[in-house]
Amino acid sequence: MSEFAPGTRIRVREDFPVGHIRTPVYIRGHQGVVTRKLGTFPNPETLAIGRDGLPKKGLYEVRFRQADLWPDYQGSANDTLDMDIYEHWLIKV
Amino acid sequence: MRGPHDIGGLEAGPVDTGAHPMTFWEKQIDALNQLMAQKGFRKTDENRRYIEQLGDDAYNTLSYYERWTASLSRVLIEKGVLTQDEIDAKVAEVRARLGQDAA
Amino acid sequence: MQEHTHDHDHDHGHDHDHDHGADETAPHAPPQPDEKIHSYYQVLGLALKELLVEKGVITPDEIRKAIEFRDSITPATGAKIVARAWTDPAYKARLLADGSEAIREFGLDMGGTHLVVVENTPQTHNVIVCTLCSCYPRNVLGLPPSWYKQREYRARVVREPRAVLAEFGTQLPGNVEVRVHDSTADMRYLVLPMQPKGTEGKSAEQLEALISRDSMIGVALPSAG
Repeated sequence: MSEFAPGTRIRVREDFPVGHIRTPVYIRGHQGVVTRKLGTFPNPETLAIGRDGLPKKGLYEVRFRQADLWPDYQGSANDTLDMDIYEHWLIKV
Repeated sequence: MRGPHDIGGLEAGPVDTGAHPMTFWEKQIDALNQLMAQKGFRKTDENRRYIEQLGDDAYNTLSYYERWTASLSRVLIEKGVLTQDEIDAKVAEVRARLGQDAA
Repeated sequence: MQEHTHDHDHDHGHDHDHDHGADETAPHAPPQPDEKIHSYYQVLGLALKELLVEKGVITPDEIRKAIEFRDSITPATGAKIVARAWTDPAYKARLLADGSEAIREFGLDMGGTHLVVVENTPQTHNVIVCTLCSCYPRNVLGLPPSWYKQREYRARVVREPRAVLAEFGTQLPGNVEVRVHDSTADMRYLVLPMQPKGTEGKSAEQLEALISRDSMIGVALPSAG
């Protein structure tokens, strides 16, 4: 299991496996900062196919700058987006 | 690459902020989903998988609770709770009872 | 997918009450021409219900109780929690530390999910969405509004939150950080709005009336009364 301490800069994997994935396409490939660990949870990717979701996966709250996500972002430079992402979708930068 | 459900950041029109109270039919579907989860016949991620597999046309044409109904029917067949034959026969029966009101 | 936008009329054309000659538990209002069960999937839903009852998997009583459970939780439930947090600093601290645990004091339970309460401050305004489906704090606010489940809100609020908020009549200063939470996992988010200025002396009961559903999703601000 990978552990990411709060403050760790990460990049979201930019992969496109077939199946039930809870990491939206729009966030893949982007960099953000881990704000906290939310716990460990059954993996939705295997729960979706009738399995038990084990081993559990670490779940992290990750904060992204909106200006990093959208090149044409119209809001304030302070604006952010928080997303809960499972450990196997995060790569330490 | 993108399933029909994975729409964050895509172009779309203005939000219809109006109130649309739930119909009794929708409440029943919600109740079935609650009960099937409580009784261990389905997991949320299994339902979601079937909804994601509906394809663009069905996903965008069906209402929210119609998508849940489609998904629930597949989960119940997969779990051996119901068969497609039973469902088809019951659909025909309900339709006949509803008469010309039904599709 | 743009060619499907016309279908949204169908998608949320449910502002009518219901009929259901097929259903003995339906209200007894006379059926209206536009209230019929018309689609294959609507018939399918009734068929699944009847088959599950016939096979003894569920009972009509369980269905009735499940509907009553949903009807028992409304935005007024969430408003009670927010008003308590506004008037009881120790409760607010418990709510922010562990939302799932703190709502037990109101007899509420998150089931298999976890409640995370995010606090609006003069510096930060929180907005909730679920772009992938429609995750929502149902056990605190009831079932989500129609717009929360639809493409327009889910697609746009992550990319242009301020424009979407403006469609709800909400304008925020540029120096406020707008923080969108996209609910992708087992956390369910509830916004703790800021208490409006000038309402400091009011009781929790009086404050509840100021707290709308939309202010707890983050697309609106509480009424100043």
